[in-house]
Amino acid sequence: MFKIREAVMLCENICKQVIEAPRIAKTCEPGQFVIVRADETAERVPLTISDYDRKEGTVTITTQIIGASSYKLSQFKSGEYIADITGPLGRPSEFVEEPIDEVRKRKYLFVGGGLGTAPVYPQVKWCKENNVDFDVVIGCKTKELLIMEKEYEEVAGEHYHLTTDDGSYKHKGMVTSVMEELIAAGNHYDVCVAIGPMIMMKFAAKTALDAGIHTIVSMNPIMVDGTGMCGACRLVVDGEVKFACVDGPEFDAAKVDFDGAMKRMALYKTEEGRAFLKAKEGDTHHGGCGNCN
Amino acid sequence: MAVDMLKKVPVREQDPAERARNFDEVCLGYNKEEAMMESERCLNCKNARCIEGCPVSINIPAFIQAVKEDDVKKAAGIIAESSALPAVCGRVCPQESQCEGRCIRGIKGEPVSIGKLERYVADTAREMGIKPEVKAEKKNKKVAVIGSGPSGLTCAGDLAKSGYDVTIFEALHKAGGVLVYGIPEFRLPKEKVVAPEVANVEALGVKIETDVVIGKSTTVDALLNDEGFDAVYIASGAGLPKFMNIPGEQALGVYSANEFLTRNNLMKAYRDDYDTPIARGKKVVVVGGGNVAMDAARTALRLGAEVHVVYRRSEAELPARVEEVHHAKEEGIIFDLLQNPVEILEDENGWVRGIRVIKMELGEPDESGRRSPVEIPGSEYEIECDTVIMSLGTSPNPLISSTTKGLDTNRRKCIVANEETGATSKEKVYAGGDAVTGAATVILAMGAGRAAAKGIDEYLSN
Ligand SMILES: Cc1cc2nc3c(=O)[nH]c(=O)nc-3n(C[C@H](O)[C@H](O)[C@H](O)COP(=O)(O)OP(=O)(O)OC[C@H]3O[C@@H](n4cnc5c(N)ncnc54)[C@H](O)[C@@H]3O)c2cc1C
Ligand SMILES: Cc1cc2nc3c(=O)[nH]c(=O)nc-3n(C[C@H](O)[C@H](O)[C@H](O)COP(=O)(O)OP(=O)(O)OC[C@H]3O[C@@H](n4cnc5c(N)ncnc54)[C@H](O)[C@@H]3O)c2cc1C
Ligand code: SF4
Ligand code: SF4
Ligand code: FES
Repeated sequence: MFKIREAVMLCENICKQVIEAPRIAKTCEPGQFVIVRADETAERVPLTISDYDRKEGTVTITTQIIGASSYKLSQFKSGEYIADITGPLGRPSEFVEEPIDEVRKRKYLFVGGGLGTAPVYPQVKWCKENNVDFDVVIGCKTKELLIMEKEYEEVAGEHYHLTTDDGSYKHKGMVTSVMEELIAAGNHYDVCVAIGPMIMMKFAAKTALDAGIHTIVSMNPIMVDGTGMCGACRLVVDGEVKFACVDGPEFDAAKVDFDGAMKRMALYKTEEGRAFLKAKEGDTHHGGCGNCN
Repeated sequence: MAVDMLKKVPVREQDPAERARNFDEVCLGYNKEEAMMESERCLNCKNARCIEGCPVSINIPAFIQAVKEDDVKKAAGIIAESSALPAVCGRVCPQESQCEGRCIRGIKGEPVSIGKLERYVADTAREMGIKPEVKAEKKNKKVAVIGSGPSGLTCAGDLAKSGYDVTIFEALHKAGGVLVYGIPEFRLPKEKVVAPEVANVEALGVKIETDVVIGKSTTVDALLNDEGFDAVYIASGAGLPKFMNIPGEQALGVYSANEFLTRNNLMKAYRDDYDTPIARGKKVVVVGGGNVAMDAARTALRLGAEVHVVYRRSEAELPARVEEVHHAKEEGIIFDLLQNPVEILEDENGWVRGIRVIKMELGEPDESGRRSPVEIPGSEYEIECDTVIMSLGTSPNPLISSTTKGLDTNRRKCIVANEETGATSKEKVYAGGDAVTGAATVILAMGAGRAAAKGIDEYLSN
């Protein structure tokens, strides 16, 4: 059992939970994820570590409620216990394991869309702490769905660029339009990291790749064990089958087959949708942020 | 009732038509009367050949004598000298090629039903509340065991009995390894059989820490250098699934047997009260012919599908246990033998709509001694189906070997370890079970755990 030290709703459909998990907090790095099982009958749900505190022995997960399992998890409040949290899983972001002198020679462009705002955060924080140059572009549908504004202001200051699809706050437009503006204004980036809904990653990656920027995306296929045992998370990267849980979840965007990955993500959608509706009996489920699919 | 000395006392089983629709155990086991009747068939041989057939050398005639005397406690004690998981082995050992394969009774008739007797003893002992004894003086030395499958549990249990402070680290949320995530409920009940065996190991003082992935959460080197362990036993199994690399394998509805079985067994997808979903196909093709393939096929059947097993050799070469094949057939699994998939076909939404197979014939024997299948040109045809389960074998996961300095592996990614002691190329580090041998059997994994416990004890005693 693992204690939830803090649980808050960041917006209508995204919740943040800080969990006491000293083993994970000790060794995790930006880019890695955990698998959480809320209670005995729950699924194993993969979630990116969106913050960690080694001293406190805690890791933070940020979950978007899109179906039955994420909904169940979101119902666990401060002081309660979840059954399991395993990790850190997957590989850390590339820069974590590269020589820091090399990394410092580069400028990074971080792009987070919707829920992707959360998993990008530890990477941005790491860069800040390690004096690596960067800009961040965060986009969301509308003002009400914006998360982690304060955190980003603190860690990125003037390098934080915010946009809403509907223009209800700050800049109006998709993340790609901000990326284009930044590039057009003469900013040079060596690496772009884009995390968010698959469709957003596909277009953000295209924008960055077209500008000749090495681009990394974080894939989130269906997972069961997260240790390379089941093969559910397999995707084709550069013509080769990879297991996202051990070979990823971050991959070179130029080599990812986005359309194939999106197709595999469709698995279970209908069945699960039904289970969720049953659980909520009558309540109209207006699925997530609307960013996905 | 008179005992036919040439035949095993038949074991009661759930009716095939009935059990094809539920996940309850297929084999109901012997009751006391049946067990005592069957025990009469044992000749109590002086040179008991059955013992040579058992990888952990259980004193089979001795425990069967105790059954004859209706002394289950004594029988359980005799088995416990050699095996830590008798209720499991009695159920899943390939007895026909091990203990029973050598039984003298088998020359003229059927061998003594050693597995069923072992199961009877273990189940009865459990029901009577007979527990393994804890005697050891504390040794003040810590051993870490990685993986809670049969190999890890056995090694941990033995070391605890010798007084070591043992912690098992398990990647999944539940202890038991393949016994919980792979082998289905209808062959090996989880709450009734596996959980008590795990509890017995814990009762010896072994701590089990689940949700710890060695190589990720921490490393072997960190266990030794920072967490104060004096030795480590790696029993991480051979869990990495293989795929065929044929076109269409990324289609929706294609699973590895591991995924399919894990969803069903570990995550209990077959039960309404658990959240994990599983595809209940209408027509399922399972590719492969081992125990794992049989388990996947019989699971899919119970979830309501028509199931075909596609295997590239003939029935004689099926690597699965004879009993499993027999049960599968009784339940209505269709065997499409001497055929091999060449492509998985997708519909316009990316879902499986069929599989293209080519017919095979048997040619010359290969290095395994089995006649190797050869394609018959022009014999391709399509089998319509909505789900494909790939059950082509597994290999050890490199997660540990790639994160442990100085740990040698062979070209099959198996950890290299001394068979007698479990010692690896790295000091203080031992290994055994499927992680060393590649996918094998429960009893061999247990035997390796036992050998390594001895090896570790000797090393730490010097
Ligand atoms: C590496 C990784 C990191 C992720 N990080 C985050 C994160 O930080 N925050 C966040 O909100 N989401 C994250 N996700 C996605 C998250 O795991 C899914 O949104 C979640 O599993 C959906 O479950 P659901 O039942 O609520 O939704 P539904 O869409 O209703 O799920 C339907 C069914 O699909 C399956 N399913 C869908 N996606 C996944 C998945 N990725 N893994 C396993 N099963 C799945 C489940 O079986 C589920 O029952 C991540 C996924 C991966 C692989
Ligand atoms: C479906 C199926 C059916 C089978 N049927 C039979 C049968 O009928 N008869 C028979 O004799 N054998 C059968 N086998 C084979 C038998 O189950 C295995 O040979 C045996 O379980 C191997 O035991 P083990 O302890 O070496 O490994 P496993 O049982 O595989 O246990 C390894 C454990 O280590 C854990 N682990 C792995 N990596 C890590 C890590 N990095 N950190 C922490 N923990 C880790 C795993 O999660 C797992 O729990 C079957 C196997 C399968 C898959
Ligand atoms: S452990 Fe297996 S091989 Fe040995 S006697 Fe029991 S069933 Fe036979
Ligand atoms: S070989 Fe057969 S008959 Fe002889 S002791 Fe063993 S089980 Fe009994
Ligand atoms: S989640 Fe099972 S192999 Fe990646």
